[in-house]
Amino acid sequence: MNKVLFFAHLRDAVGEEYVTVDASGKTVAELKADLAAKYDLARMETIMTAINEEFVSNDEVIAEGDEIAFIPPVSGG
Amino acid sequence: MKFYEIAKEPINIQSVIDKVVQREAGAITTFIGTVRELTDGKKTLFLVYEAYEAMAVKKLAQIGAEIEQRWQGARVAITHRVGRLDIMDVAVVIAVSTPHRADAYEANRYAIERIKEIVPIWKKEHWENGEEWVGNQLETVAYPSGKPEAGDINE
Repeated sequence: MNKVLFFAHLRDAVGEEYVTVDASGKTVAELKADLAAKYDLARMETIMTAINEEFVSNDEVIAEGDEIAFIPPVSGG
Repeated sequence: MKFYEIAKEPINIQSVIDKVVQREAGAITTFIGTVRELTDGKKTLFLVYEAYEAMAVKKLAQIGAEIEQRWQGARVAITHRVGRLDIMDVAVVIAVSTPHRADAYEANRYAIERIKEIVPIWKKEHWENGEEWVGNQLETVAYPSGKPEAGDINE
């Protein structure tokens, strides 16, 4: 299984800090599309993705146990 | 000593500076980011910062490593606060020491600009008549590949 973390406006839209899904074997892009459809998330092209706390690209394949985080444009500082 | 931290309580500025004191340094620059009341004429009441803490600490450390590679002899410490912050509160403190002053200024500027690119921290602005997550301070439209450009990650 995979823990998928949401932050900022995505967390508000999904209504959860994280969800648990089986995403192993999927690409990041496929998981993004699944979740965008399920939770009606807009503008997912602006969202970066991290696997196990490192940025990855949309074609990265997710492995069993990976922690995935969807990272909206950051606004720290 | 922890050079890169996410803090839930007010930041002790002096303690961040103390971390970069070194015999080789001829200069220490300190950047203090504070909560501004007015943005484009709109009055902010307070902000809430949220972080993906484990990754944020890693990315702050990456920025420090980039600086130490680029500016010889640099030492870096960064603390970013999360939670609710009121107007004038300190949100971030960056201290950089280097042998010579020009490098300390440049490297410190580099650190804050990089924070705004790659560190997973977000702020929500609260106004009298609403609230909104702020994104995209650099006004980049999208991340077509799903992550910052390669240079951003490995630089």
